Amino acid sequence: MSGLGTVYKKELRENLRDRRSLFNSVLLGPILFPILFIGLAYFTSSKQQERAEQVLEIPVVGAQNAPNLVSFLEQQGVVIQAPMENPEAAVSSQEVQVIIRIPDQFKEQWTSGKPAVVELIADPSRRESDIPMQRIRGLLGAYGAQIGQLRLQLRGVSPGVTSPVMIKDVDLSTPRSRGMLVMIMLPYVLMITAFTGGMHLAVDSTAGEKERKSLEPLLINPVPRWQVMLGKMSATATFAFASLFLTLLAFRFAFPMLPTGALGVDLSLSAEAIGGILLTVGPVVILAAAMLTTLAALAKSLREAQSYMGLVFMIPMIPSLIFMVNPMKPETWMMAIPMFSQNLLIGEFVRGESVSLHWLAISMSSTLLIGLGFAAIAATLFNRPRIVFSN
Amino acid sequence: MIKVSNLHKSFGKVKAVNGISFEVHDGEITGLLGPNGAGKTTTLRMLYSLLPPDEGEICIDGLNPNKDAMAIKRTLGVVPDSRGLYTRMSARENIAYYGKLHGMSNKHIDTRVKELVKTLDMADFIDRRTEGFSQGQRVKVAIARAMVHNPQTVLLDEPSNGLDVMSTRALRRYILGLKERGHSIVLSTHIMQEVAALCDRIIIIAAGRIAANGTAQELLQKSDCSTLEDAFVKLIGSEEGLLA
Repeated sequence: MSGLGTVYKKELRENLRDRRSLFNSVLLGPILFPILFIGLAYFTSSKQQERAEQVLEIPVVGAQNAPNLVSFLEQQGVVIQAPMENPEAAVSSQEVQVIIRIPDQFKEQWTSGKPAVVELIADPSRRESDIPMQRIRGLLGAYGAQIGQLRLQLRGVSPGVTSPVMIKDVDLSTPRSRGMLVMIMLPYVLMITAFTGGMHLAVDSTAGEKERKSLEPLLINPVPRWQVMLGKMSATATFAFASLFLTLLAFRFAFPMLPTGALGVDLSLSAEAIGGILLTVGPVVILAAAMLTTLAALAKSLREAQSYMGLVFMIPMIPSLIFMVNPMKPETWMMAIPMFSQNLLIGEFVRGESVSLHWLAISMSSTLLIGLGFAAIAATLFNRPRIVFSN
Repeated sequence: MIKVSNLHKSFGKVKAVNGISFEVHDGEITGLLGPNGAGKTTTLRMLYSLLPPDEGEICIDGLNPNKDAMAIKRTLGVVPDSRGLYTRMSARENIAYYGKLHGMSNKHIDTRVKELVKTLDMADFIDRRTEGFSQGQRVKVAIARAMVHNPQTVLLDEPSNGLDVMSTRALRRYILGLKERGHSIVLSTHIMQEVAALCDRIIIIAAGRIAANGTAQELLQKSDCSTLEDAFVKLIGSEEGLLA
């Protein structure tokens, strides 16, 4: 086994000297991802706030048909703008987001007590018009309700009669869905890190060594090839694990900086949660290192190996995507699926919930088992005479 | 001491080595001489158990590469055709890595490196990173790391490839020194002068077969030529040699 240790130490030492790729593979993620998170969270929450507080400036066509309505809107702080020639064209050309049109029949319908039509011209497929639309709708609704109640009261009827059911929104969806962003992104980021952290080392120490023609002389040494392979794989896993640890540490400091009010979820990473997550993702690091080493051993050249690495990004993405499209309640059988189980478990850790040890054990052992399977494949690849021949 | 009998190796339909037998004695330098693509590198690769032969027997100091691969690797020092170094490591670290892989202690490695630095004249660059080394410096490091465990049998695949006159002379001196110390040495080459200057025994290989085997004197007599070059061309059959 001393051969394994020698290869392991040499790969670590040599790659620690390659400052640039060390920075790119191990440090860039832990720096970039938390910044991206905070930035995104601030951006979305401030954008929404901005739109909600912005002064509404709405062109009104046919304002003379409903002077009371118009002055109600003005009292509510809406700035009424002069109408344009062609309102539909103005909306579709995105000149304005919403236009109110009060048709000429409005007065007639109003006075005869029929529902008077007010048109809202907007393009709902444009998401930036959502908030002004909602606000206008709310104001018009409020005006309608106010007038309706007055009319009933004039006729001596209690306004409550018209609302047999009162819906009260207890809004949990918005803040949680914003919190979901973190919930979905964090496992994904950690999974990606498990792969990217060791990627450079895996490629450099296998395909790179082949291309630089140092693999053949290396394999002439009296060390079983599986040990050489395992030494390289362990170095890969070590780098990935270091990157993962730094990422978690960075998030621990980044989470308090998130606008939690806007997120609606109080996210924090306790030391225990970090330990739990490392334990959970540890097997993924080994699986990733084994997969990367296998791919790198399969490649005939450095370039070919690097082209595989682009695909590797897709692997941890799949479970996160499934979860995003179809959020599921965690169940025991899911723990046997590598990367998917970690996805679910990380969520539990971040929410500060207690994680079933039983689940953790299934998740860890199934992922490790598949990782060992890949390691066996890599060892077989290293045993082929072909391994030393590049093109 | 190496004994090789009836060695065969094919890659797909290409017969790289087609029935080669020879012996290499201790204290002798044996040259595998042949045009490019004759099967020299493939033969050497089978000797250092990188490739398993399709057919035939190899015996190095009583060991068989198929059965005792690890034991054979411990007795061999190999400078293969590919001699890539680790450029982010110093020459010393490159050599020490191989010493470690041979299970040598740090102290033992230190003394060996000291000796090698002296015999191979590497004092100027031993502690420099190998990035940007000249061909000559690189070959010296490749030889030093192959020799770090002081192997009895030394295999060199075209060792003087890409070397200038001075480096080539130094290399030859080193190889002759090994011979004096009783090592058995096999070197492959396509350079006539090298064979003439170094080898006690010459094995001419062409198209995967042995075309001739003997001392320089014997080859000259056999071919009835006055120079080795003429003998070489005559013995391998000129067309094939020049076209290959």
